[in-house]
Amino acid sequence: MIRINCPYCGERDHSEFSYGGDATINYPSLDASEKEWTRAIFFRKNIKGFQFETWHHSNGCRMWLVVERSTVTHEIKSVKPCHPDLQKVVENNK
Amino acid sequence: MTKFNAWNVIKNGLNGQSYWTRQWRDPEPKSSYDVVIIGGGLHGLATAYYLAKNHNIKNVAVLEKGWIGGGNAGRNTTIVRSNYMMPGNHEFYEHSLKLWENLSHELNYNVMFSQRAHVSLFHSPGAKDSVSRIYNIMRLHGTDAELWDLKTLKKKIPHLNYHNSRFPILGAAVQKRAGNARHDSVAWGYARAADTLGVDILQNCEVTGFTRKNGNIESIQTSRGIIKGKKIGFAVAGNTSVLWQMAELGNLPIESHKLQAFVSEAVKPLLDQVVVYGVGGAHFYISQSDKGSMVFGGDLDWYKSYAQRGNLPMVQDVAEAAMAIFPSLGRIRLLRHWAGVMDMTMDGSFFICKTPISNLYLNAGWNYGGFKASPASGWYFADLIANESPHNYVQNHNLERFEKGINIDERGAGPDPKLHG
Repeated sequence: MIRINCPYCGERDHSEFSYGGDATINYPSLDASEKEWTRAIFFRKNIKGFQFETWHHSNGCRMWLVVERSTVTHEIKSVKPCHPDLQKVVENNK
Repeated sequence: MTKFNAWNVIKNGLNGQSYWTRQWRDPEPKSSYDVVIIGGGLHGLATAYYLAKNHNIKNVAVLEKGWIGGGNAGRNTTIVRSNYMMPGNHEFYEHSLKLWENLSHELNYNVMFSQRAHVSLFHSPGAKDSVSRIYNIMRLHGTDAELWDLKTLKKKIPHLNYHNSRFPILGAAVQKRAGNARHDSVAWGYARAADTLGVDILQNCEVTGFTRKNGNIESIQTSRGIIKGKKIGFAVAGNTSVLWQMAELGNLPIESHKLQAFVSEAVKPLLDQVVVYGVGGAHFYISQSDKGSMVFGGDLDWYKSYAQRGNLPMVQDVAEAAMAIFPSLGRIRLLRHWAGVMDMTMDGSFFICKTPISNLYLNAGWNYGGFKASPASGWYFADLIANESPHNYVQNHNLERFEKGINIDERGAGPDPKLHG
């Protein structure tokens, strides 16, 4: 079991969460070329090692989180709220 | 290499089994080859075999970082079927099934292919309609497919749980020519047959880098020295992205996920078919091996991973599915379980295609279904490498299909790799 330290709820089993995917994808502007959109939607770095990825605390607070996790050892380095403003609120309340 | 036949079995039986030769050589790497296949799994070995057999290209090396049969060749549930619907896929998998039917003779090696029928249960009128459509499409293309009503199913497999009120069994979609095979035999059989035709199988030979010249890959750096190849093929599903980035080619429409499988202790004959049960997002498939063990599996672990070990929530999911459909398994004990790393693609279909590097060819993205595909995968990948252009069946199985909007999405799940089970 992977244990994810949710900034709102505390440390929980990963079975409480749903896996999102690569958290580093930036969608291009609406008038960008088909090639750019294809790369953003379909192509992935598929990192072997530490990556930033999204998880949804679907059986908990239902907030989206950014988790820095190794895809080899499953070790987790950091867990933060997805939204930058919420990240600030969590930091200030520490 | 000594052929397997009745005469040799009797002869060796009388002289203490002393005249058998080794199954394949352990050669030192040559400095250059016409074709170098990276990845000594079922697909890589099959490719080397068909290059030599169908295209008379015999100066071929297969590089394997571990040992033959030690990767995903030994991490699967050995199911062979061809119940596919999309153009390209159904022809490809049907050809694969036909190759399976003659594989033991072709390789002079018993792969224990057993056409015991693949029985896919359905649990609602909607599911019946949906599967009827797929199985009718299969029939129109000459693949065998039939629907069993509840009466037939109860007669064939009396010990399923027919009293499940949440997911009542209404019948099954059946492919009778489908079944399973012995995974090790397939790897060893292809390795032995390819070696006999002159292919060098280089084990413990890990690729560490590429040297580029004029846009091509000139040579491959490996743990056993530098090897040159006029043409190079990747067949390393699970780790394709790693090699792809080693060749500085950027991103791929692939994520690596792990899939678990389970083997129980051996029991007396209990199940004559491969049974598949899929409801409410769960997914469960089970068969009985020749040794008597129940072999079964379920879904991915749902998060991206290169680790070849499974996590416990999926063990519980699979055990629950087993109990829901086969309550008689309740007292059976698990012997072992394992996880293999899958190339999960953005539409659930594979790649056999050319790449941005003109002497590099890609075979990847096998999702859940690499085992059954291996003969046809080798056949059409060898064809692509030898003839420089893809066969009709795999003409859309390339990296450009996403930009063109011709995704080959059997499940209709969209660009989320983990959903293409």
